[in-house]
Amino acid sequence: MKLSLSARERIFAAFLVLPCLLFVAIFAFYPILYSFYLSLHRIILSLPGLKQPFIGLANYRELLHDAVALHSLVNTFAFVFASTFFELVFGLIIALIINRHFSGRGIVRAAVLVPWAIPTVVASQMWRFIFNDNYGLLNYLLFGSGVTSYKAWLADPFFAFSAIVVADVWKTSSFAALIILAGLQTIPDELYEAARIDGAGAWNRFRSITLPLIKPALLIALLFRTMDAFRVFDLVFVMTQGGPADSTNVLQFYGYKKIFAEGLMGYGSTISVLVFLVTFSVSLLYIRMIGSRILQEKT
Amino acid sequence: MKERLEKAGFAVLTLFVVCLSLLPFLWFLDTSLKTRIDITAIPPAIVPSGSFHFYESAIENYNLLHFVKNSMIVAGASTLITILLSVFAGYALARLRMKYKGIIMGSFLLVSMFPQISIAGPVWKILQSFGWLNTYQGLVLPYVTLTLPLGIWITASFFRELPGELEDAAKIDGCGHVQTLFKVIIPLAAPGVFTAALLVFIYAWNEFFFALLIMTEKSYQTLPVGIALFQGQYTMPWGEIAAASTVATVPLVLLVFLFQRRIVRGLSAGAIKG
Amino acid sequence: MAGLKIENLTKTFGGRKVIDHVSFEVYEGEFCILLGPSGCGKSTVLRLIAGLERQDGGGVYIGDREVSGLTPKERDIAMVFQSYALYPHLNVYENIAFPLKIRKMSRREIEKKVQAAAGLLGIDTMLRRKPKELSGGQRQRVAIGRAIVREPRLFLFDEPLSNLDAKLRSSMRVELAGLHKKLGITTIYVTHDQIEAMTLGQKIVVIDRGVIQQIGTPREVYDKPANLFTASFIGMPSINLIEGRLVKKGEEILFRSDDLEIPVARRDFERYVGGDVTSGIRPESLGPGEGPLAGRLEHIEHLGSETILYVKSGNMRITAKAGADFGGKVGEDISLSVNTMDIHFFLDGKRLDVARGAENDRGARTV
Repeated sequence: MKLSLSARERIFAAFLVLPCLLFVAIFAFYPILYSFYLSLHRIILSLPGLKQPFIGLANYRELLHDAVALHSLVNTFAFVFASTFFELVFGLIIALIINRHFSGRGIVRAAVLVPWAIPTVVASQMWRFIFNDNYGLLNYLLFGSGVTSYKAWLADPFFAFSAIVVADVWKTSSFAALIILAGLQTIPDELYEAARIDGAGAWNRFRSITLPLIKPALLIALLFRTMDAFRVFDLVFVMTQGGPADSTNVLQFYGYKKIFAEGLMGYGSTISVLVFLVTFSVSLLYIRMIGSRILQEKT
Repeated sequence: MKERLEKAGFAVLTLFVVCLSLLPFLWFLDTSLKTRIDITAIPPAIVPSGSFHFYESAIENYNLLHFVKNSMIVAGASTLITILLSVFAGYALARLRMKYKGIIMGSFLLVSMFPQISIAGPVWKILQSFGWLNTYQGLVLPYVTLTLPLGIWITASFFRELPGELEDAAKIDGCGHVQTLFKVIIPLAAPGVFTAALLVFIYAWNEFFFALLIMTEKSYQTLPVGIALFQGQYTMPWGEIAAASTVATVPLVLLVFLFQRRIVRGLSAGAIKG
Repeated sequence: MAGLKIENLTKTFGGRKVIDHVSFEVYEGEFCILLGPSGCGKSTVLRLIAGLERQDGGGVYIGDREVSGLTPKERDIAMVFQSYALYPHLNVYENIAFPLKIRKMSRREIEKKVQAAAGLLGIDTMLRRKPKELSGGQRQRVAIGRAIVREPRLFLFDEPLSNLDAKLRSSMRVELAGLHKKLGITTIYVTHDQIEAMTLGQKIVVIDRGVIQQIGTPREVYDKPANLFTASFIGMPSINLIEGRLVKKGEEILFRSDDLEIPVARRDFERYVGGDVTSGIRPESLGPGEGPLAGRLEHIEHLGSETILYVKSGNMRITAKAGADFGGKVGEDISLSVNTMDIHFFLDGKRLDVARGAENDRGARTV
């Protein structure tokens, strides 16, 4: 059977993509559906004798009354807002710096990438050490060597939360910077030159040329960072374990505790589903933006 | 005069940003080279005594070398498999005619945004049923799934940049689809593949969530898990943590300094062009 | 035997008919040009001949063989692309040798053929270089080398000279003409540049919006444009088109437009008298002198070898040509004489034939 040219091409392309689709189907899409399924059962891993009965939406009803879950939701949103805001600001500053031409630019770029490159748990330990009440660098810098009253930063709800934000901002501002940088580089130099000839100062040029033209990049950076911020886990696990007093308990950490520490896979799956729905809605927005651009590409 | 001031201010700002970026890492590096007494000293000593004591201790008492070995195997294998699959899929999505392309790319994008917790439980169950908890493949398979979107994204955007009529010329010269792929496209893919491999490796090396869940036996744990779970008998073994962290980080810092241009291009191309 | 035959070729893209029942024939060894503006479908015709796309209707015959179901490889054709499409990772030698390697030719055979092709094109000194080290013109030659090395039945060129600068383009034209004479392979050449068409082509197929406008030799297409499109597309500067009507004045037939009256040489145009026609007069048929057209010089272009005059007459804008020694100035009034033998007439866009008189008797009757 002789197939037409385009049919053969389509089949060939399908073969090339198939293995990836298999991976994604088995280890991503199926688990999501399975999580939904699990959330409708009562599962206590440490009590296998109870079996795993179907209980409908009972877990969800329990979730609505779960104060800790609500607290985690609030914490997560607060974290998302705080960290994305600062990351965009710092990212913008860093991008503006890297965008300029100067000798040694490569070293500066590499230095700024280091926080992004290191494992988050390592960064968490680093900051935990700096925030340490006894021999942390921060306390020394703030209070000097006179050992009077050292602040136990991570023992205070507000400061613990701030510490997580600080660590996250430190770690990922450079990623936001890279995306904004790509946007900056699409602005032709001639625009600035024309503005300079017209008499616009640096601040004016920034406000009327740079800001408007990097809006799409800012948007992309915002969405990427938002998606990642919702999934914060490593920082919380290492630095605060959700405490003190659940002040840094975030959704993924709470879910992790329920499923793996307490073995409540049914209820924990309910939390998983919640997290999924929140991020799914945001990602739909993102995909709508990105998707239309992809379809405009070749073929 | 104003320009001189502007330049000076800029230089100061740049220096500040660089210092801030490197400070925690350098502080930890510094700490790892001290002696046990120095760590708790106040004021903290800037110049370390240059002792490798903590490294030795980390290796002897805390399994550091095993962590390193496990990380290398898992990250290495994941990178190899992901890259192989990404080159094929990225090419197909970038250059060939195919139905449902938008949906497929969208699905990959979607997967990259899944919260780990939402798939963790079921993935754990799947691996448990195969007996693959605490095995290398048990971690590599989820890693491949998680890094495929990244790999495909980078290779696809790279392939899109190739001259448009290459496939036509190859067809006229007599190549079928497979020949075109292997004789013309893949030889040209090297730079894109390299960048993708860099980013995938860094991701796999740093991953914590799934490593924590799947590798519960100390002998299989990767560096991030080892470092996160460091417990001393009475106090936090900061020195050993610092040493282990440095070991985990130095290769990455080297990679970043060597390939910063590629990394920047890979990350921003993926984001903006996409 | 025909080198190539296209029969009723049709192709639709996204609901739009890009090519509409295109038919033409090319003889063995003939150099055929597909000429038309951007987007007219000429490149699509080429791709259908090559087998890179599949037509929706109609047939393609290469050397009397229907090739519609065959892959490009099976059609025994070679193609030179506008962007050259050289393989960046291979050097010049390997680029040219590539199609031969795919066909599993022996290394010695390949060496012989590649050297011959490279020698013919003057690139045998740069065989080890990579495409990025070459200039545009050199890359061009490598692309041509890759095409000729296989000695195919058919050569396809897709606007190969568009990316070259003007000077290089004219020297390449001469080379391509020489190559064709030497190799004698049937060639289909796509371009929007009428100079290339007129100088290289033995047969020109004029296409607009997917429909063939005219097929003929360069001479035919220039001297007897079949419709308004061809008349205005070919000819530089373009033909002057004047709307008017044919009237009878006594025994004479005249073309009248407002104040303009030009005698018409054909008796048999009697039947068209009273109707609206469009007249086409090429700039070289108009020159300074006593004549029916008068106006004011708006603009003058001195080209060195000749002068182009832009004249405003009434509310018409006329282009005329004069010798290099033309002394008139912008703003002056000028009168233009017409070579009545060379006026074209079009009714409903289609050509009405105008007698030429004796072949060599150009400009016999100047008014």
